[in-house]
Amino acid sequence: MKAFTKLDARMAPLTMANIDTDQIIPKQFLKTVEREGLGKGLFYDFRFDEQGVEKTDFVLNRPEYSGVGVLVAGDNFGCGSSREHAPWALLDFGISCVISTSFADIFYNNCFQNGLLPVVLKPEEVQALMEEAKGGNHVVTVDLEAQTVVSPSGAAFSFQIDPQRKAKMLQGLDAIGETLTAAVDIDVYESKRALSEPWLERA
Amino acid sequence: MPPMSGKTLYDKIWDAHVVAQQDGEAILYIDLHLIHEVTTPQAFAGLRAAGRSVRRPDRTLAVADHNVPTEGQALGVGAVADEEARLQLQTLERNVKDNGIEFFPMGDIRNGIVHVVGPEQGRTQPGMTIVCGDSHTSTHGAFGALAQGIGTSEVEHVLATQTLRQKKSKNLRVTVNGTPGPGVGAKDFALAIVGAIGTAGGTGSVIEYAGEAIRGLSMEGRMTLCNLAIEAGARAGLVAPDQTTYDYMMGRPASPKGAAWEMALAHWKTFFSDDDAVFDREVVLDAADIAPTVTWGTSPEDVVAVTGNVPSPESFATPDKKISAERALDYMGLTAGQPITEARVDVVFIGSCTNSRIEDLRSAAAVAQHAFLNGRLVAPHVRAMVVPGSGLVKEQAEEEGLDAIFKAAGFDWREPGCSMCLGMNPDRLAPGERCASTSNRNFEGRQGRGGRTHLMSPAMAAAAAIAGHIVDVREMMA
Repeated sequence: MKAFTKLDARMAPLTMANIDTDQIIPKQFLKTVEREGLGKGLFYDFRFDEQGVEKTDFVLNRPEYSGVGVLVAGDNFGCGSSREHAPWALLDFGISCVISTSFADIFYNNCFQNGLLPVVLKPEEVQALMEEAKGGNHVVTVDLEAQTVVSPSGAAFSFQIDPQRKAKMLQGLDAIGETLTAAVDIDVYESKRALSEPWLERA
Repeated sequence: MPPMSGKTLYDKIWDAHVVAQQDGEAILYIDLHLIHEVTTPQAFAGLRAAGRSVRRPDRTLAVADHNVPTEGQALGVGAVADEEARLQLQTLERNVKDNGIEFFPMGDIRNGIVHVVGPEQGRTQPGMTIVCGDSHTSTHGAFGALAQGIGTSEVEHVLATQTLRQKKSKNLRVTVNGTPGPGVGAKDFALAIVGAIGTAGGTGSVIEYAGEAIRGLSMEGRMTLCNLAIEAGARAGLVAPDQTTYDYMMGRPASPKGAAWEMALAHWKTFFSDDDAVFDREVVLDAADIAPTVTWGTSPEDVVAVTGNVPSPESFATPDKKISAERALDYMGLTAGQPITEARVDVVFIGSCTNSRIEDLRSAAAVAQHAFLNGRLVAPHVRAMVVPGSGLVKEQAEEEGLDAIFKAAGFDWREPGCSMCLGMNPDRLAPGERCASTSNRNFEGRQGRGGRTHLMSPAMAAAAAIAGHIVDVREMMA
């Protein structure tokens, strides 16, 4: 997993609430057996019309938001399907941080598996960032170590994050490797369970 | 020190599965891992790249469901026309073979939607932890199992370690008291609950469903209810096991037999919330207040009683909600204030992990039969399809003559799979088409780009097929 430490990047505002993972990456892009290349399908129905022509008015298609690295989004971002293709698509597109007032659980969890930082801020702070994101200068600084977001005008907002998740994100640590250090505990647990719930052991 | 309070059902399952605590997270043992073709290829590739193997293939079960066409399944995967879908299905076949995982391939009578197959086979059992790379894994909570949807990285983690790293969620109890009126069932409860608490209302929580109306539900009904726990934002839904559960499980292929059954039963009976258990939050509804319910908008929380009207954006409390409602009305092609029964449908979809089990098909078929006997068929402008949840559901429905009723009334009788719930296979809506659907998500574009979805129960969907518009099934059956 790629580490996330500090990011200076343009941010784009996506004001809608309840943006679901079907919208982030529609079904037709889920048939891949790869993790890479999903950026082409990110927000596909928002970015392209039915003929596949770019919709020039959609925020991510506007020239001032090209090369965007941070998305400021409405409440309950990432609800719906568990598809990890959603964070994969965001990352492949170049977005490695999403800021919102809240995230759906599975999406939030999936972000941490991939080095995409989900930042929860207060409604008024998200609103302030949305406003600034619409302006001419919209380069924001997201500092995971300091747990701060600094807006283009210099307003600083701090955010909360689980300390273990933060530590792993900073280092880009692989969860499987860490769990396997407890392999003996898993062995012991399985042995006990085989005795107490033997019907679960299949021949 | 305050007196110790009792444990919730969720607390008990959680405690029984914590292998170790590491770095502030629990390593939670997983009893059953269900897998399918869409969310696993990258997980198996990750395992291979790291030189890791599947720890417990015997606790893993694979099906092919999301991508499969709903006709011609006997021709095999090689005949799947969509090249990408075919490659994904073939990748699953290779991965399960390489790792010794039990697999019901497309065309096998035991194959079907993963959340139909697990319970049907008796693999889903009370007190278990179950995961699957699919958000509707919450369905299995109907058995009093802690069942959660996970992403592909976590699928890889479970394949490698048979555990999941997790922090504990909060306890939310939703109680539905009383008895429902005629024509009202689990789907109406589920939609009414999402409407009451919102799509983020359960975020960070596990919902336990309780109360007289829940106890009165069949296992199929409880599965429908728990299936939609995720639409309320919850990680999982739970119903404590009882005699209804045990009756359903008795004799299933993977259910314990003989002395093992008695031993398992004694174990399962320990999974309930203690009387003095404390929930972080409680929500109480009365079944008598719930009418047949449909969605009008593009979020599962956008619900209205079938007797009601499309709401006005002005009726919403916050500016965000007003804007969302305006956008939803525009997308759905509806006008504020119009009776929801004015919505004319083009397509009817009866199926999905929410509502494709035998009881769902019976309730839809009862409506179709009633209409047929009164000289009515599926309205001429409506394309109506019924997609059973598994090969075994299909077989049972055919034994009961349900397929004959559907076909006589003008419904298309298909082969099992996820189908038009998410439109990954050829079954999808054309832009602007309006669909009465028994599935779980009415998101923009979910069933096909520009498609308009109204969620409802199987009986309501069947009634809409006959009437050609959304209709109160109670009136049709009167």
